[in-house]
Amino acid sequence: MMISKWSWFNKTSIIVGFSFLYIPILLLVLYSFNESRLVTVWGGFSTKWYGSLLQNEGILGAATVTLKVAAMASTMATILGTMAGFSMSRFGRFRGRTLFNGMIYAPLVMPEVITGLSLLLMFVAISLDRGMWTITLAHTTFAMCYVAVVVQSRLTSFDRSIEEAAMDLGCTPLKTFFVITLPVIMPAVASGWLLSFTLSLDDLVIASFTTGPGATTLPMKIYSMVRLGVTPEINAISTILIGIVAVGVVITSVLHKRREAQRAKDEMLASSAP
Amino acid sequence: MAEASSQARKVWAPWNEPGAKPFVRIEGVTKKFGSFVAVDNISLDIYEREFYSLLGPSGCGKTTLLRMLAGFEMPSTGRIIIDGEDMSTVPPHKRPVNMMFQSYALFPHMTVEQNIAFGLKQDHLPKADIAERVERMINLVQLNKFAKRKPEQLSGGQKQRVALARSLAKKPKILLLDEPLGALDKKLREETQFELMNIQEKLGVTFIIVTHDQEEAMTVSSRIAVMNHGCVEQVATPSEIYEYPNSRLVAQFIGDVNIMESRIAEVLPDRARLNVVGIDAPVQTGRSVNAAPGEIAWVAIRPEKMVVSLTPPADTSVNCLSGVVWDIGYLGKLSVFHVRLEDKSIVTVAQTNRKRETERTITWEDKVYVTWSPDAAVVLLA
Amino acid sequence: MLPDQLDVKVTSQPLHGSGVLRFVRECPPYRWAAGLCSVFGIQSRSLTVAVPYLWLLAFFLAPFLIVFKLSFSEILIAMPPYAPLYEMAEDGYLQITLHLENYSLLFQDDLYWKSYVSSLEIAIVSTMLTLMVGFPIAYGMARAPRPWRLPLMMMVILPFWTSFLIRVYAWIGILKPEGFLNMFLTWLGVIDEPLIILHTNIAVYIGIVYSYLPFMILPLYANLEKMDISLLEAAADLGCTPFKAFWKITFPLAMPGIIAGCFLVFIPAVGEFVIPDLLGGSSTLMIGKTLWAEFFNNRDWPLSSAVAVVLLLLLVVPIVWFQRLQAKREAQLN
Repeated sequence: MMISKWSWFNKTSIIVGFSFLYIPILLLVLYSFNESRLVTVWGGFSTKWYGSLLQNEGILGAATVTLKVAAMASTMATILGTMAGFSMSRFGRFRGRTLFNGMIYAPLVMPEVITGLSLLLMFVAISLDRGMWTITLAHTTFAMCYVAVVVQSRLTSFDRSIEEAAMDLGCTPLKTFFVITLPVIMPAVASGWLLSFTLSLDDLVIASFTTGPGATTLPMKIYSMVRLGVTPEINAISTILIGIVAVGVVITSVLHKRREAQRAKDEMLASSAP
Repeated sequence: MAEASSQARKVWAPWNEPGAKPFVRIEGVTKKFGSFVAVDNISLDIYEREFYSLLGPSGCGKTTLLRMLAGFEMPSTGRIIIDGEDMSTVPPHKRPVNMMFQSYALFPHMTVEQNIAFGLKQDHLPKADIAERVERMINLVQLNKFAKRKPEQLSGGQKQRVALARSLAKKPKILLLDEPLGALDKKLREETQFELMNIQEKLGVTFIIVTHDQEEAMTVSSRIAVMNHGCVEQVATPSEIYEYPNSRLVAQFIGDVNIMESRIAEVLPDRARLNVVGIDAPVQTGRSVNAAPGEIAWVAIRPEKMVVSLTPPADTSVNCLSGVVWDIGYLGKLSVFHVRLEDKSIVTVAQTNRKRETERTITWEDKVYVTWSPDAAVVLLA
Repeated sequence: MLPDQLDVKVTSQPLHGSGVLRFVRECPPYRWAAGLCSVFGIQSRSLTVAVPYLWLLAFFLAPFLIVFKLSFSEILIAMPPYAPLYEMAEDGYLQITLHLENYSLLFQDDLYWKSYVSSLEIAIVSTMLTLMVGFPIAYGMARAPRPWRLPLMMMVILPFWTSFLIRVYAWIGILKPEGFLNMFLTWLGVIDEPLIILHTNIAVYIGIVYSYLPFMILPLYANLEKMDISLLEAAADLGCTPFKAFWKITFPLAMPGIIAGCFLVFIPAVGEFVIPDLLGGSSTLMIGKTLWAEFFNNRDWPLSSAVAVVLLLLLVVPIVWFQRLQAKREAQLN
């Protein structure tokens, strides 16, 4: 097992690589606590930029819009995407299957500028009033494809005999989906929802195309601020967003750890049983 | 006690009674997947309270046949009639049959109790009835201590019993079992075989089991259907299958057998005489043969029905081969001799080690005689 | 008298509550889904396909067809700023006027075709750079002690969950003339004058490599982790030096991961807007930026539609090639 030892080369590449990934983020967070208005000169510790952020109604409004859009879009995307993923993995060859698959995979590789442009042109063509709702529709459309892919890949490793067992015991196919399939694939559906939520929170380009008067999302707000120059306020918003993600990750990893411990206990129980 | 029940079993043979009505009728069922024929025009009759085995190598179509009985596959042609009703197009959730899956298919997010109650809840039974029935099933499979556990917290044997209890909870007319013991280790499998038989007798449900394990099929079944390449080769009781196989394929699939190509010399009403091709040894059988003299047939003799000895028997003219001991396998309760005949073919003889001996009386390179009684030989025409 | 009335009041409250509860309990989703299906006289199965299918037809395919249609029409100073493609002529015939000016302009005006070429160039160069940065990291992760691997993978995915815009923004502070990088290098004494990196193509390369690094590492890691180490031991046993073993064994076996990673970086990089806009300079030409400017600044909707159609055609070639490759590999595996 000589090669499986962690060589200095491997260690160095990991340390350098992860520094590259994390130093920019750490600098960003650090300088959000900078007293000085100059972003790159340290002027002492301060939380005043967070204070000024809380007074900034434009940013708070944008954050509200973003959260609303993300919540609605990710929920709709999860429902539609789960249906699509289920159809793709279970219904074999139905009519129009190739087109369906194509429409699921295409948005994943489609440049955002094209998706945004095309949706806007359609909203104009059917003269739909643009605003929060059009952004939600747009986000739902591209996020549902991600959910569909996640759900489909979960279903391919799904033991179908438990669905058959439910039907064998007198459960209709539709009810089987809700009481057996859905609870079992729930972690995948939940991570699909989370992915959609993040994608929606993160999106600048599609939202910029499909928005209308009055609906400014947080990325759009940040983008317009960044164009005017680097300011500590942006660092502060960024830190808050990063903090939310970090907390989320910590919670999920604690839950995961707990589940692993439970599983280890279960295995002990099972193996000690006669 | 054991004597009495085996006596009762022998009498109970509805398939031999002319007026008996089959409980399950499979009529000319064929199943094709694309151009592949999984089940090829099979017709079977299965009677109430039977423990019926579908036995065959993997890929012989036995599982497909079982899935058609459960309703997960529809026959391409043919009909399946259960208790007088045509079930061919009835979806699985409306059939009076339940299935025990090879993987057990326990619902991972439900406890043992909830798993067993699942089928009953689908029938919207009153809560008290469900609870009572679940309790009875848990007692039946002796899982009282584990009622609140999830499948992950159970050992393989316990999972198997939950699966059994769940599929029996709805009192199905027929229980289908797909390799029910396949995932258990050998010792547990043997114990469970007897448990299955007890439960089947106690509840009086018709069991149809799919297995590739011939010992399992022999132990538990009232009748066995031996399948190969989507066709049924033979349907008979375990002892009939073993003692009177109808083809070389069945004979070889169930147990060990010596098969010798022979030419029929003489056919009489109560016996037949044949000559083994190659060594020209005459063979006499205890039954007549439905073939003409001069035709080729195969003489099949089970190893344990042959005797190997150093001294020549009284009559060497018939049912006697001579050869050299080529190999000896000592298995404890019996010894297996591989005897090489003049034409270099090998005959296997199994002999029970009745006496305790460490020194072998028969050893390598000894010249020996292999004999058998006329009843031991079966003549196969296919 | 009084107790009776009281009784009514007391019982009516909980009844109301339990009624709602009972309704919720007795009408689980499968029941109303089944009810809905039976009302419209359709099978639940076809509904499951039909809803997402119609949604995608309406919000993915139809919009795209509109872009295609619009790319053939003429700009108008109006709202919406384009001329209709077909009109009812007086004699009742449908008159369709296809304007190909938008497309001919794309090839005549060097702003556009240079944007395409430069987009491809930037995407290819930065994909190669990402591979060069990502491979050692993925390799190191795949050879890390087993308990380390999952946390390391989580750490690669983590930045992906944080905002893309913020991660790009972080680099502005690092790369600008008075930024962290220049401060650090001056302090080291490596340079006397600040390096001009921000608003050049180099900054765009850095931005793309940084943003898309997880997309490269993950498929590579998945591939390298599966590799059997005894292969390298066998190569060493047969007299291969470690360096040679890498090129002869590890690299060819990692090829599927390399291709997948490059594809995942290259495709979004071609149409990228945020990175060239924030990190690139005025001389940085990328087609996503050009399209954005054409649409928002010049308000030429037909022309930006034509830009989008051509961009998509450019992307179709590598996408189809990649799909074919995947299908072939899957066929080989089966």
